[in-house]
Amino acid sequence: MSRRDPAPRSEFAEGAFKAVPVIISAGPFAILFGAVAVANGQTVAEATLMSAVVYAGASQLVGIELFGQHVPLWIVVLSILAVNFRHILYSAALTPLIDHFTLPQKLLSFFLLTDPQFAETLARGETGHTVTYRWYLGFGAVIYFPWVVMSAIGGLLGKIIGDPAVWGIDVLLPIYFMGLVLGFRRRSNFLLIVVVSGVVSVLAQHLVGAPWHISIGAIAGVALAALLPPKTEATTGEQAP
Amino acid sequence: MNTLFTPYMVVLIVAAAVATYLTRVGGYVLVKRLKTMPPRLEAALNAVPAAVLTTLVAPAFFAGSIDIKIAMVAALLVGLRFSAIPMLIAGWVVVMVLRQILV
Repeated sequence: MSRRDPAPRSEFAEGAFKAVPVIISAGPFAILFGAVAVANGQTVAEATLMSAVVYAGASQLVGIELFGQHVPLWIVVLSILAVNFRHILYSAALTPLIDHFTLPQKLLSFFLLTDPQFAETLARGETGHTVTYRWYLGFGAVIYFPWVVMSAIGGLLGKIIGDPAVWGIDVLLPIYFMGLVLGFRRRSNFLLIVVVSGVVSVLAQHLVGAPWHISIGAIAGVALAALLPPKTEATTGEQAP
Repeated sequence: MNTLFTPYMVVLIVAAAVATYLTRVGGYVLVKRLKTMPPRLEAALNAVPAAVLTTLVAPAFFAGSIDIKIAMVAALLVGLRFSAIPMLIAGWVVVMVLRQILV
C-alpha cells in the first residue's frame, strides 16, 4: 500500500493540487469581498488585512455588509461569531483526523480551517488516507495566499466590477456551497438532515433574521441527527461520488 | 489613498479575527475535554457539514430571484453527476443566459 505512505513532498503537492479547483471557485469571492469592502468604506489595505487575519469569506462579507450599515461594532463581531459558529463543529469533527499533529501544527491548522478545508480533509480521512500535516498545509496554502492577494486585487478593481449580478458572480457562492453539501449525500439520514436544516434556516431567516438563521438551521439538523435512532450501517469508508 | 488604516477598522478586524479563530479551535477544546465519544454525539458531528452548509444554500435559493432559482436547480442536476467546477459553470451559464432573456 505505497499509496498510503507517500513521500512527504508529494503529500504537500497532492494537497496543493486538490485545492486548485477550490481557489478557482473561491477566487471570485475574494475579489468580490475586496470590491464590496472598499465600496463600504474600507481601504484596500484594511480589506487585505481582513482577508489575511479573518480568512472566512462568508463572515467577511457579512461583517462588511453590517459595517456599511453603521451597525455597532459588538453586533458586527457577534454576527461574525454566528456565521462562523459552524467552525466549532468543524474542529470537533476534524480532531480525530489531525490529532497526531504537534500543538503548533494544530494551532496553524485550525487557523486555516475553512469550509472546503474541512470537507476535503474529512473526505481524505474517510478514503483511508492518514491526513498528514504536509497535505493539510499544501491544501491550505494554495487557498490562503491567493485569497489574500485576490482580496487586494478586488479592492483595487472594485469600481470596475460594479454590480456583481451583471457578471453573474452572485450565483456562484450558493452553488459552490451546494456542491459541498452534495459531497456528503451518502451519509446516514442525509436527505432528512438537509431538508430539516434547509426548512428551519429559511423559517429562521424570516422569523429571527440573518445571520442567526445559519446557526439555528444548523443546530436543528445536528440535533435531529443526534435524536434519530443510531443506524447500524457504516458511515465511513464509502466510495466518494 | 492617504490613510492605509483607521483605528476603528483595525479594532473591528482584529476582533473579527479573534472571534473567528476561537470558533476554529473551540470544537477541538470541547472534544479534548470529553474522554470518550458518545454515539449520539458522533451522529451529531457526522451531520454537521450537511446541516451547516445547507443553511448557506436554502435561504439563498428562497431569497433569490427566479433566474437564481433556475440556475441553482440546473447546477444541482449537474452536481448529481459531476463535480464542483461543472456545477459552477452550468449555474453561471444558465444565470447569464436568463439575464439576457429576462432583461
